[in-house]
Amino acid sequence: MQSKIFIALALLLSACVTSGNGVRGTGDLGVVIERAAGSIKVVETTDRTSLYGLTGFGDLSHASTVFSRDGRFAYIFGRDGGLTKVDLLARKIIKRVMQSGNSIGGAISQDGKLIAVSNYKPGGVKVFNSETLELVADIPATDIGDGKRSKVVGLVDAPGQKFVFSLYDSGEIWLADFSQGNKPLIRKFKDIGTLPYDGLVTPDGRYYIAGLFGEDGLSLLDLWQVDNGVKRILDGYGRGKRKLPVYKMPHLEGWASVGGQLFLPAVGHHEVLVVERGSWKKIDAIPVHGQPIFAVARPDGRQIWVNFAHPRNNVVQVIDVPSRKVIKTLKPGKAVLHLEFTPRGEQVWLSVRDEDRVEVYDTRNFKRLATIKADKPSGIFLTARANRTGL
Amino acid sequence: MVKALLTAILLFPLTFAAAAAEPDAARKAELIHRLKHDCGSCHGMTLKGGLGPSLLPAKLKEHSNEFLIDIIRDGVTGTPMPPWGVELSQDETAWLVKKLKAGDTYAK
Repeated sequence: MQSKIFIALALLLSACVTSGNGVRGTGDLGVVIERAAGSIKVVETTDRTSLYGLTGFGDLSHASTVFSRDGRFAYIFGRDGGLTKVDLLARKIIKRVMQSGNSIGGAISQDGKLIAVSNYKPGGVKVFNSETLELVADIPATDIGDGKRSKVVGLVDAPGQKFVFSLYDSGEIWLADFSQGNKPLIRKFKDIGTLPYDGLVTPDGRYYIAGLFGEDGLSLLDLWQVDNGVKRILDGYGRGKRKLPVYKMPHLEGWASVGGQLFLPAVGHHEVLVVERGSWKKIDAIPVHGQPIFAVARPDGRQIWVNFAHPRNNVVQVIDVPSRKVIKTLKPGKAVLHLEFTPRGEQVWLSVRDEDRVEVYDTRNFKRLATIKADKPSGIFLTARANRTGL
Repeated sequence: MVKALLTAILLFPLTFAAAAAEPDAARKAELIHRLKHDCGSCHGMTLKGGLGPSLLPAKLKEHSNEFLIDIIRDGVTGTPMPPWGVELSQDETAWLVKKLKAGDTYAK
C-alpha cells in the first residue's frame, strides 16, 4: 500500500517536472529592474506574469541587462559597479563581482564570450569572461588630470568581436577589437565633439552614433569604413540657439530605424525627428507631448512609441510611421521610465516607476492587457535582446 | 537701477522667510523622492556620483549653502545640470541643501 502511494507520488512529481515547472525555454522571459530596492523581477510574456523576484543587486539606479546567447543567463549592470550573473532557469544569482566604484551599463560580445562594462570611476572599460566573470582586459580611459580618467559612456557591441564606446570628458570614440584574442587592438578617434553622453549602434551593426551634450550635432563612425574617421552629422540636432533646459537627456539606445529613416528624440524640444539614413538630413519633425526620452519602433516598424522627461512623464504617445502623426496618447501613470516590445511586437511593456507597477498594452488596439506589481520599476529587458547587436 | 530695487523688494520677503519656512511633511517626502530618483539619475541614487559629481556631505562641505542653492535653482551652463528653480522654491532648495549637507536624505 505504502509503496503504491510512493510510486503515485513519484509519478506526480516527475509529471510536474516535465510538464513545465522544471523544464522550459527562456524565449518569453525578461528582467524588470527595481531600482530603489536593488532587486529584479523575472517576468514572462506568454501569460504576462511575474515569475519570481531576486534581491541583492546593490544600487540599480540606471541599471541595464544583457543576455547570454542561449537566453539562459542575465548579466545585470548596477550603478555601483556591481556586475551580477543570474541563472533565469535556476532562479538564482550565480556570480557577482564589484568591478568598479561607479558604472553605467555594458554589452556582450558577438560570440557571447565577453562582457564589457563601461565605468565612470575609475573611468574606462573592463572586460570579463562571460562564463566565470573573471577579468579578461582592462582598458583605462584617457587621463584628464588630477589622477582622474574620462568617464566612459555609450558602450555597445559591434560585429567582428568589437566594442565601441565614447569618452565623456575627453571627447573621443574608441573601438576595441577582440577578434585577435583577449588583448584588444584599440583604435582611438579624438576630437569627436564636446561631452558625448551616450551612443548607439544601428541594428545592422554598421554605424556607431554618439550624442553630444556640449554642442549640437551627432558624431558618426561608419564601422564598415573606419579609416574615414568620425564625421559630424545633423548639425541642427541638439538644443539649438535657444537652449532649453533639459531635465533628462534622451536615450540613444533603441532609436527607431524604419526603412530608410531614423526616428529620434529631439533634445529639449517637444519633437521626434525624422532623419534620412545615408544623407543624415532631417526630413521632418513630429510634434509630441513633451521632451522625448525613448522613441522605440515596434519590431514591424509600423509604430513608434515615445515616453517623456519629467514633468510630462505620465504620458506615452504612439506615432504612426506612414502618416508620421501621433495616433494615440496613453496615460499609464506617474513616471513612465522605459518601454520594451515583445519580439514580434504584439505587446509593449511599460515601467511606471512612481506607481510601483509595470503595464502591458496590446499595441494593436491600445488596450491594457496586464498590470504587474514591481517596486519602483525602471528598465525592462526581454531575452530577445540576446540575439540583437547593440542591445 | 529701478530693476535692481524692484528685485530687492521682491526678494526681501523670500530671504526673510527662508530662515523659518520649511516645506510641509508631504512636500518633504516628495522632495526626498525626487532627490533619489530624478537627481539620482545623474548623481546616483545613493548620491555618490555618476555623470554628475557626488552629493555626499564630504564633497558638499567645500561649498556654501548659498552657492549650492544657486546651482540647484539656476543650473550650470555648459554642463548637463539643468535649472530646477522652476519647480523648487528658494525655501525648498534651502531645506534640501541642509539635508544633503547633513547626509540626512533617507530620513522618513
